Amino acid sequence: MAKQATEEISKVDPVNTDGRGLNGVARLATALLRRREASIALVAILLLFYFQSVNDAFLSQGNIRGLAQSGYATAIIACGLVMLLICGEIDLSVGSVMGFTPIIVYLADQEFVFPVAVIVALIVTSLVGLLNGVITVYLRVPSFVTTLGTLFLLTGLNVSLTDGFPKPAPEESTLTRILGGGPYSGIIWALIVVLLMHLLLTRMRWGLHTFAVGGNLVGASEAGVRVNRVKIGNFMLCSVLGGLAGIMEAIRINSVDPLAGGPNVMFLAVSAAVIGGTALAGGSGTIIGAFFGTAVLTILRNGFTLQGVSANTFNIILGISILVAMTLNVYVGRLRRTGRT
Amino acid sequence: MTPPELGDTDILKAENIVKRFGALTALDGVTLHLRKGEVLGLIGDNGAGKSTLIKIITGYHRPDAGTLSIEGQAVQLKSVSQARSLGIETVFQDLALVNELSVFHNMFLNSELTIKPLPFLNNREMKKRTRKYLDDMGVKIQSIDVEVAQLSGGQRQAIAVARSVYSDAKILLLDEPLAAMGAKEGAMILDLVQRLKEKREVSIILIAHNYAQVLEVCDRVNLLQHGKISYDEKASDTSIEELTELVVAEYRKARETA
Repeated sequence: MAKQATEEISKVDPVNTDGRGLNGVARLATALLRRREASIALVAILLLFYFQSVNDAFLSQGNIRGLAQSGYATAIIACGLVMLLICGEIDLSVGSVMGFTPIIVYLADQEFVFPVAVIVALIVTSLVGLLNGVITVYLRVPSFVTTLGTLFLLTGLNVSLTDGFPKPAPEESTLTRILGGGPYSGIIWALIVVLLMHLLLTRMRWGLHTFAVGGNLVGASEAGVRVNRVKIGNFMLCSVLGGLAGIMEAIRINSVDPLAGGPNVMFLAVSAAVIGGTALAGGSGTIIGAFFGTAVLTILRNGFTLQGVSANTFNIILGISILVAMTLNVYVGRLRRTGRT
Repeated sequence: MTPPELGDTDILKAENIVKRFGALTALDGVTLHLRKGEVLGLIGDNGAGKSTLIKIITGYHRPDAGTLSIEGQAVQLKSVSQARSLGIETVFQDLALVNELSVFHNMFLNSELTIKPLPFLNNREMKKRTRKYLDDMGVKIQSIDVEVAQLSGGQRQAIAVARSVYSDAKILLLDEPLAAMGAKEGAMILDLVQRLKEKREVSIILIAHNYAQVLEVCDRVNLLQHGKISYDEKASDTSIEELTELVVAEYRKARETA
């Protein structure tokens, strides 16, 4: 499919950018194929139709709510990971951050009023990102290793800070209702985050510089882009998004669980980003693609569960789809490079 | 139309620049000056220190000793951004273009236009100006919306040069813009330099290996050997043979002492 896409693109006369010579349908098809997000969105829609056709309950109100609630955290975390992946880094610790931040909220809540506790917790969370970034950028430890370290560090810390027992969720207040009161508050937040991050990535200097850092690190720094700041900033952004998702999840399940989040959510989010067209090697990726990637994974898992297919089968399918997506990614990248000379 | 006269004043002056990397002395007291509107060719063998010198002038490296002055003012460059703000722009050998970004985003990399007071990119204006800049310089690109990955080496080089010129560069450093380029592509870049020279608005240091090309577009030639400027002559008063002889003599001397 990806090969088809590139062929389609190369057929378009590059001089004729307004495309008036092409008929409408072909133009639409080209535009769809040209946008990486479109193909994954199409897959998500097809899956929706498929599962609805085999099971009426799939698009029932109850199940839509279930879809929204099981997918939003991954969607938010995937946004942060897309930024990091584009600038050539990764954060394996973000799942553990998701468990860590609500614990800090719980601890800070003993000292301050709840809104202040949330702010304090998010600041502490941003320091985790700062630590990841500084170790990666200045000590030149690959981020895969740095964040593997913080993953275990936080996993241990989460258990020791709570003595291994779940703590009560924050008492209901206006802010808890905003963060996780309603059945759809999670997905609404996720959509807001996706929109803001999409704007940041595609419409603002920060986003362009993120692409530049991942695409040509030396070149970007020679052009005066502050590459270290961009990387560290994205580490911090990723952690804070993980923390936000963690707080919302704690409010939703009404408990501060030391084992919340973890590597599973992180790997799902990385998968969502990759399936959505983000290159692990850096330089390219989209927030919208990662969102639809999350949607595909969430729909698959939910749909299979409704069908009575076991979690193991889901993992097999997840594994295959990642392998296919990655292979296509690499293949398309190679096509591009050879097409250049 | 007669081209404007070359200015009398030095826009850039480097005096006794020394740069060491550990035990290696890359630059051993380089003194070089560049007049306003001049095109200076900088030649020298691999490892003579050309790229180090360029990186010092653009604020990428800091010299261990020596002074730099711009329009008579002594400056201490701390960063590339600072050098840029003083009007020093470079087109590096390893091309500061990002393959994944479009032509117009590359043109404005790190000096992007935004829709003030909002922080959003003003793509429309950037595209408009990019089109105008490239037209002015006679650079032909199929579309400015394509990723630069899809362009040829010469086109990418031309975009890099255009970017530097239009970011209000007063001093333009071209680090081997002709390396790894076909005859047609090289001619395109030389045309570009010629066009800039005729306007005499920007002063250029051109690093190149091909003496014929250097003599074709440059006003003056400097030869860098062993971290020092060993030869400084007007392009009209020297020849390919003389330049070649200077470099070869160097080898002969080295072989005799060895």
